[in-house]
Amino acid sequence: MKFLVCISNVPDTTTKITFTPDNKEFNKAGVQFVINPWDEYALTRAIELKEAQGSGTVTVLNVGEADTEPNIRKALAIGADDAIRVNAAPKDAWFVAQQIAHYAKEGGYDVILMGKESIDYNGFQVHGMVGELLGIPTVAPAMKLDMSGNTATLEREIEGGKEIVEVNTPFVASCQQPMCEPRIPNMRGIMTARTKPLKVVEPVGEGAATAVAEYALPPKKQGVKLIPAEQAGELIKLLRNEAKVI
Amino acid sequence: MSVLVVVECDKGEVKKSSLEVASYGAQVAQALGTTATAVAVGEATEANLAKLGEQGISKVLFDNEPRLKDFVNGAYTKLIAAAADKEQAKVIVLANSNIGASVGSRLAVRLKASLATNVVELPKIDGGQFTVKRGAFSGKAFADVVLSGERKIIAVKKNSIEALHNGGQTAQVESFSAQLSDADFADAPKQVIMQDQAGGILLPEADKVVSGGRGMKGPENWHLIEDLAKALGAATACSKPVSDVDWRPHHEHVGQTGITVSPNLYIACGISGAIQHLAGVNSSKVIVVINKDPEAPFFKAADYGIVGDVFEVLPKLTQAVKELG
Repeated sequence: MKFLVCISNVPDTTTKITFTPDNKEFNKAGVQFVINPWDEYALTRAIELKEAQGSGTVTVLNVGEADTEPNIRKALAIGADDAIRVNAAPKDAWFVAQQIAHYAKEGGYDVILMGKESIDYNGFQVHGMVGELLGIPTVAPAMKLDMSGNTATLEREIEGGKEIVEVNTPFVASCQQPMCEPRIPNMRGIMTARTKPLKVVEPVGEGAATAVAEYALPPKKQGVKLIPAEQAGELIKLLRNEAKVI
Repeated sequence: MSVLVVVECDKGEVKKSSLEVASYGAQVAQALGTTATAVAVGEATEANLAKLGEQGISKVLFDNEPRLKDFVNGAYTKLIAAAADKEQAKVIVLANSNIGASVGSRLAVRLKASLATNVVELPKIDGGQFTVKRGAFSGKAFADVVLSGERKIIAVKKNSIEALHNGGQTAQVESFSAQLSDADFADAPKQVIMQDQAGGILLPEADKVVSGGRGMKGPENWHLIEDLAKALGAATACSKPVSDVDWRPHHEHVGQTGITVSPNLYIACGISGAIQHLAGVNSSKVIVVINKDPEAPFFKAADYGIVGDVFEVLPKLTQAVKELG
């Protein structure tokens, strides 16, 4: 079975977010980039399923410029077999989805996995767009994924519960916890990753459907009002009479 | 050319987040000089759908196909696309829920629309171009996004828009069929398992949340969180370390890689306030932090704070809420 895992390159979760002086772009200076944490579930689960099947391949795909290659190599070190980098900045979800759909179709993948969303743009859109472009089902967000032959059983999270869904390949799933325990690279993986194939391809399709005009940071808090622990009940009165939230 | 809003229903009731979506759509319609039509998904009743008039909806399209009671991505997408075509809708508004984002992203491709998710404000309309403010960087920032497509889809973040209540107005409920076939139900659930919610308040829908961290010392102490939540009518939540060690289920995990909440009131008990946790809660209107460590970083993001032992403070708070009556 051929698995395609789409990964994005995002600022580390501890990053303090700042923007360029015109507020039009994220300020990358001094920021450590990591594999999007949600995508790690997709990657590890694909590797686990391939191992359980005893055959098949896991390909990682990233839409990004050359600076994303260290994280693509990391995905190879974790256990993917080969990689594709679509050589373009990921402009928006529509742009990225077109690249994934094109190269997924070209490679004839059975299962297309990705994280629920990226922790930078939080679009939660690419999965559905790829499924629609390819005319195949999308299960989002998936908390569990098992395969038996060409049939997948997934748990799809809905507000307040979950649905058990069965779909046949090919399909798209966007992954989240508790699907698996994401793996970290071991020394052998890091050594072998250096020589695994990483193909660089050019972008296809139309441009973006949306554009960011400006970024802004959330308004600063006024400062905390402290209530002595002995008078904890006073807090409840303040929440009712001053903050008016209860 | 009306504005189409997608309302999610559960057990016959329109979800609170969908009342907000309906209100959002009605205000956009007013700005465009047109009317707002809703299309209902999930388990709905005609009587409750008619009440969407209070949120400014003139007409509700309702397909009484029993298989639409549960979420099916393929069928919902086709139903909403058919409704959008019938109404010649240029703007579609839905909830930024798992359902809304799943359907919205497919619709964007099918209808060749510009899509913005996680939207927190009404759009600025300039001719055919909308600019919407949306949450980005997992709650650490906002982005103003320009939607220039002829059709636009907006997924509205919960608790960002006040639901309108114009008493006495009713919407006309019209039966509607999208001519769904079996193929549209390829991802129909074999089984639906709903969580057993303490007090029946779902975290994603809650406007008050009481959350616990490692400072609670163990799952056996969670009754203190639950008691306060019950007294307030709040949902319970937890930090990532707590769900990682299985003290609480993962669907209660709030933070950058869990769920993002934006309630009116968020009470954090024994949570230090790691940047990843703050990202998931910092759009809450009022944040209360209870921690015995006065240096806990969460106090910097809080509106009210108590430096003290959660095991002593929580029972006092619960008692005080009960005394309010």
